[in-house]
Amino acid sequence: MDLNYSNEDLAFRIEVRAFLDAELPADLQQKVRKHLRLSKEDSVRWHKILAAKGWVAPGWPVEFGGPGWTATQRHIFEEECARAGTPQIMPFGVNMVAPVIMAFGSQAQKDYYLPRILSCEDWWCQGYSEPGAGSDLASLKTTAVRHADADGDYYLVNGQKTWTTLAQHADMIFCLVRTDTGVRKQEGISFLLIDMHSPGITVRPIIMLDEDHEVNEVFFDNVRVPASNLVGQENRGWTYAKYLLGHERTGIAAVGRSKRELAFVKTLAARENKSGLPLIEDPLFAAKLASLEIELMALEMTVLRVLARPNQAPGPEASVLKVRGTEIQQALSELMVEAVGPMALPFDPAYLEGEREHSLVGDDEAAPLLAHYFNYRKTSIYGGSNEIQRNIISQMILGL
Amino acid sequence: MDFNFNPEQLQFADALKRWIGRDYGFEARRAIIHSQAGVSDAAWATLAELGMTALPVAEAHGGFSGSAVDMFVVMRELGRGLVVEPYFATVLGAEFLRLGAQAGFAAAELLERVAGGELKLACALGERQSRHDLFDIATRAQASGDGWTISGEKKVVIHGFEAGALIVSARAGGSEGGGQREHGGVLLFVLPADTPGVTVTGYRTLDGQRAADIRFDGVQLTRAQLLADEAAGADILDATLDYGAALLCAEALGAMEALFEATLDYLKTRQQFGAPIGKFQALQHRMADMFVHLEQAHSMALLAAVKMAATDPVERRRAVSAAKYRVNQAARFVGQQAVQLHGGMGVTDELPAAHYFKRLAAIELQLGDSDHHLARFIAQPGFATGVVEAEAA
Ligand SMILES: Cc1cc2nc3c(=O)[nH]c(=O)nc-3n(C[C@H](O)[C@H](O)[C@H](O)COP(=O)(O)OP(=O)(O)OC[C@H]3O[C@@H](n4cnc5c(N)ncnc54)[C@H](O)[C@@H]3O)c2cc1C
Repeated sequence: MDLNYSNEDLAFRIEVRAFLDAELPADLQQKVRKHLRLSKEDSVRWHKILAAKGWVAPGWPVEFGGPGWTATQRHIFEEECARAGTPQIMPFGVNMVAPVIMAFGSQAQKDYYLPRILSCEDWWCQGYSEPGAGSDLASLKTTAVRHADADGDYYLVNGQKTWTTLAQHADMIFCLVRTDTGVRKQEGISFLLIDMHSPGITVRPIIMLDEDHEVNEVFFDNVRVPASNLVGQENRGWTYAKYLLGHERTGIAAVGRSKRELAFVKTLAARENKSGLPLIEDPLFAAKLASLEIELMALEMTVLRVLARPNQAPGPEASVLKVRGTEIQQALSELMVEAVGPMALPFDPAYLEGEREHSLVGDDEAAPLLAHYFNYRKTSIYGGSNEIQRNIISQMILGL
Repeated sequence: MDFNFNPEQLQFADALKRWIGRDYGFEARRAIIHSQAGVSDAAWATLAELGMTALPVAEAHGGFSGSAVDMFVVMRELGRGLVVEPYFATVLGAEFLRLGAQAGFAAAELLERVAGGELKLACALGERQSRHDLFDIATRAQASGDGWTISGEKKVVIHGFEAGALIVSARAGGSEGGGQREHGGVLLFVLPADTPGVTVTGYRTLDGQRAADIRFDGVQLTRAQLLADEAAGADILDATLDYGAALLCAEALGAMEALFEATLDYLKTRQQFGAPIGKFQALQHRMADMFVHLEQAHSMALLAAVKMAATDPVERRRAVSAAKYRVNQAARFVGQQAVQLHGGMGVTDELPAAHYFKRLAAIELQLGDSDHHLARFIAQPGFATGVVEAEAA
């Protein structure tokens, strides 16, 4: 057994670090590190910098424009990005719809969409959930009925999606729609690519508990979608959706980001004063911090063990990483708030949005932390709630 | 032993419940917290009309001489209703005035105005370095002429912008350096919020309340504005903070009860996989754990209220710190789980559950977080020798 990275991996890490040092814009880095809100422009800017280097889609095969990295290299890249504090690449295009198009899409779809995803010409969003279909995704009701006229074959789409992340910016949405109602609910679902600028689509904002506009409801009222936007075969959408879910096996654990946040908590705790001593010297706080650091060490080792397995297919181990990864992120967000105490209470949206250089209470680091803590409650809900992940572990791994 | 509330207490609770149900529903509250003022004059007038502002004030000053248990009943309802008016800040200020009066401060006129609902108070205690230790005071009071000059800055003063008068803690000039956190040398003052040299910067907090940073630049105060001198200041501060923490426990209890009920309701109605989600055992057990937390928090919040009448301050401190610690734990568990069990709905601003969760998180940060009260509990005399009292009250 050898727990060290190879020399090639170490050299790769140095290369990535040098690139980030040189290319990551300082203002973006500051926003990320300070937990401020990122705009669409911020995301697109970073996307284009990575795209220019050929690094925006680490998981893609070389033939489609991926860098051809090993799983370990991808892991190192993610870790270094997280460490530096880069904006996150929006997963909906690069990591979600692209693999499905590559595996099941038509040649025309590959030729058209994949380059546009790489260049960030289209902003994608994910249209899976509906008001009545969250954890029980297969019960979705949005319908797509096939018609034909002089202009060709098309679907008429009617229904409603919800919780659609950043749909307000989107050019395209990939949707699960019902194309057959007479069969078992998983068997009548298709995978459609829909232009968000189509007539009949309405986007309504949902404001989150931290008063951020992050998710939306999307309404479809007789939306005409060319039949050529069907991915793969009609009524096979559930298979593609499952392929997509958990395609990303290890990134979900967010170990790199949590390491950065842990270091951040330590900086706060060294700076904050508790009855005249640095908070980090308070045994109660130090004990909580230490136990969290140990949990994170365990998670990192678990990630590396999963990576080392030859099996590349997404497995139920992703559920272990999701549960622990999100719980650690949430615990970190709690410790951040505890570290600054009452200074977390003031709410300054103008500062969070970057409209004001300093927080009005004069503590720039503390000001976003309560909003961050509130916002991060989402991580154990979305992408298959942690309860559903535990169901998967008990059914698929434990056979219960 | 009697765990029942008396008829007057039940009447107070009932009156509040009816008012909140009628005038302070979720949408009405939303309009208030997003308004320019962030609080409602009409709501305040009603609170005064219902006798709430008079409740804690002594009969001699036009009040009802309400006990901490009476206040428990009131705060619990305000917690259920997520009321954001400057009531708690005012009541805490009134407690300072009450104890100050016992030590010789002329409080009658101020207390009468509080009782009548004409005066709102705020307590300017916390500073940047003090976190939860409100004895960590850097604000200075220098004797000058016949009075005092105070300078310093108080942070995150709850409802500091809405108050007509401020209670301010300051450290007597002279006790430099290491004296900053000592219990001796604490002075308490009362001053009108518009006193020259006082700058108040108000803002919103994410749980829908209002707070302010308040600077004191060489503010001139008369001898008559000294609420408590060095001999009395520390004990009054300590006792009032306990009173406040006990009331926050009651508010948290009310918020948790309402949140628990809303979640239970959601589990019975929200359908997934062809059944109400409450049919999943994983969620049943979570709900059961929330219930256990709620019961424990309920008991401790009561204990704290009852022990406010204890003659031995150690007994009071033990009960209050134990209660705030335990209620904080419950507030976090119940708050987080309620959001989780609501799924995506739980993290939206549209849902009351999210607001209860936020208020509970904010209560954790007010008047002592869990670590603060755990350490204070450990620090009380008798802890190490393992003596545990037998009787509850
Ligand atoms: C911030 C955010 C962003 C999102 N972004 C997107 C997006 O871009 N696109 C998209 O399609 N969706 C998105 N979602 C939706 C997300 O995937 C769903 O919220 C999630 O699947 C849960 O569904 P639900 O909200 O309907 O909760 P429900 O399914 O109603 O669940 C409620 C509670 O019941 C529990 N539960 C349900 N079933 C079971 C069971 N069988 N056993 C045990 N417990 C169970 C859940 O864990 C949860 O605690 C997003 C959600 C959030 C919060």
